[in-house]
Amino acid sequence: MQPITMTAAQIADAVAQGQISAREVAQAHFDQIASVDTELNAFLTLDTEGALAAADAIDSARADGEKLPALAGVPLALKDIIVTKDVETTAASKILKGWVPPYDATIVRKMRAAGIVVLGKTNLDEFAMGSSTENSAFGATRNPWDRTRTPGGSSGGSSAAVAGYEAPLAIGTDTGGSIRQPAAVTGIVGHKPTYGAVSRYGLIAFSSSLDQAGPFGRTVLDAALLHEAIAGHDPADSTSLTAPAPDVVAAAREGADADLTGLTVGVVTELGGAGYEAGVSAAVAATIAQLSNAGAKVVEISCPSFDYALGAYYLIAPSEASSNLAKFDAVRFGLRVGDNGVASLEEVMSQTRDAGFGAEVKRRIILGTYALSSGYYDAYYGQAQKVRTLISRDFSKAFEQCDVLVSPTSPTVAFPLGERVDDPMAMYAADLCTLPASLAGTPAISVPCGLSEGLPVGLQVMAPAFADDRCYRVAAAVETLTTAALGKPLLAHSTF
Amino acid sequence: MSTISRDEVAHIARLARLAVTEEELDVFAGQLDVILTSVQRVGEVAADEIPPTSHVVPLTNVLRPDEPGECLAPGDVLRSAPAAEQNRFRVPRILDEEA
Repeated sequence: MQPITMTAAQIADAVAQGQISAREVAQAHFDQIASVDTELNAFLTLDTEGALAAADAIDSARADGEKLPALAGVPLALKDIIVTKDVETTAASKILKGWVPPYDATIVRKMRAAGIVVLGKTNLDEFAMGSSTENSAFGATRNPWDRTRTPGGSSGGSSAAVAGYEAPLAIGTDTGGSIRQPAAVTGIVGHKPTYGAVSRYGLIAFSSSLDQAGPFGRTVLDAALLHEAIAGHDPADSTSLTAPAPDVVAAAREGADADLTGLTVGVVTELGGAGYEAGVSAAVAATIAQLSNAGAKVVEISCPSFDYALGAYYLIAPSEASSNLAKFDAVRFGLRVGDNGVASLEEVMSQTRDAGFGAEVKRRIILGTYALSSGYYDAYYGQAQKVRTLISRDFSKAFEQCDVLVSPTSPTVAFPLGERVDDPMAMYAADLCTLPASLAGTPAISVPCGLSEGLPVGLQVMAPAFADDRCYRVAAAVETLTTAALGKPLLAHSTF
Repeated sequence: MSTISRDEVAHIARLARLAVTEEELDVFAGQLDVILTSVQRVGEVAADEIPPTSHVVPLTNVLRPDEPGECLAPGDVLRSAPAAEQNRFRVPRILDEEA
């Protein structure tokens, strides 16, 4: 089997048993990157030297008879909003171009401890603001299924890298859907953990009450293995959960037998119907019917406040962003423009921020500053926070009647490059289904569930806070059922 | 009636230390009006008795032991700074010369 088509679980086994070396695995993925990434543009920076050194260290440890960690030798693509010691980190912004962090994010340290080999840093919408990866200062990423379309966003470099066989695993971050929506439109698995389940230390903050890092994989089990490697309490992140993480790997294995007897699945009324592509609705409906055949009880559940999620999100996230991005002030890191010895600090700051930030980032900073300003705070930010309460209440009520909620992950399949760049509201609508779980801090996964006109469709599975294992169990069942229905795994239908 | 004027956008941009161009002001004023009109719906639902949610994790006063830990070396921190001098960040002038 070619290393690039192996799953993370298969690579870890093969390396542990000495059937393949970690270096061969890493090299095979670098070869794939060399052959496809000029077109896909999934990676911003490659750490060839660091990755091969890490792979060699694993191979020597094995030769010395040491027991290898769980994911030893498995390559990974890392979203370039997670800081890496001695490897440039840009958040796809000109304002950080050339910045080389002096420390590793907690999840990077955890992944290295698990034996994961970080190949490089992937493209994103600048500071994770966007749904198509077109807001990157370093060029758009293309969807491996159809290179005229976007790979979703903001973690589109990571989703394209996994779908394009450049890495079996990737890390994304999800503030309003930035893991789930790119996973859906590239035919892979992506999970947003319960807020606080994964450390945010070293994640460049966009919207602190919403940001959460999580895994991408081509299989549910692979995503679960990566989730297990990065989850857990971190004293360096004061919002990190102290509760023990659920056993998501066991849940993924259990779900694969596709027996859902005793499970109640709620279908969210508000996340479907008008405005949803017919092919997306059809694939989701067919999957829900299969869940029922697999023993699940299916009920329809109304969550009326979900209709207000988009409005609440686009007030809360820009408000928090306007505060978080104040740190890019031309003093401590990144770009400085106009420092001619005469200009004041304030002038240098304003010129630097104008030159360094792209249009979407500026739009959100202005929107957030406005929403937080005196006289508007109660009407905008205050009201949005109340909507957040109502959305959490809708989730609580729903989970009294069901174990998981399902919906499409995105109203459409991957949309063409350029289609929405000048229309912010059309771009924001790509997150319609993913925003409620973001605002409530609850876990949600996107799993491939079929095709619409040859392009992948994702099913979103949402669970109560701390019950990430339920997302994995149901997603694994969907994976088994979809593979059976299509005759082979969904990604094998890619023309890539 | 528009929710936000071009002058307001210019004022907010100044507050946010963004030296936006005239063209950007024209584009942003129109787009922000559309966005604000869409998000205004949040005002329709929530009644006075609903408590706001600022954060979803029920945590208060997270403390750690007051023990000195390892810090980053000044050289490492300043390595990627736009300008550094005498082991410090060098900044443009913050006071008028006459002041």
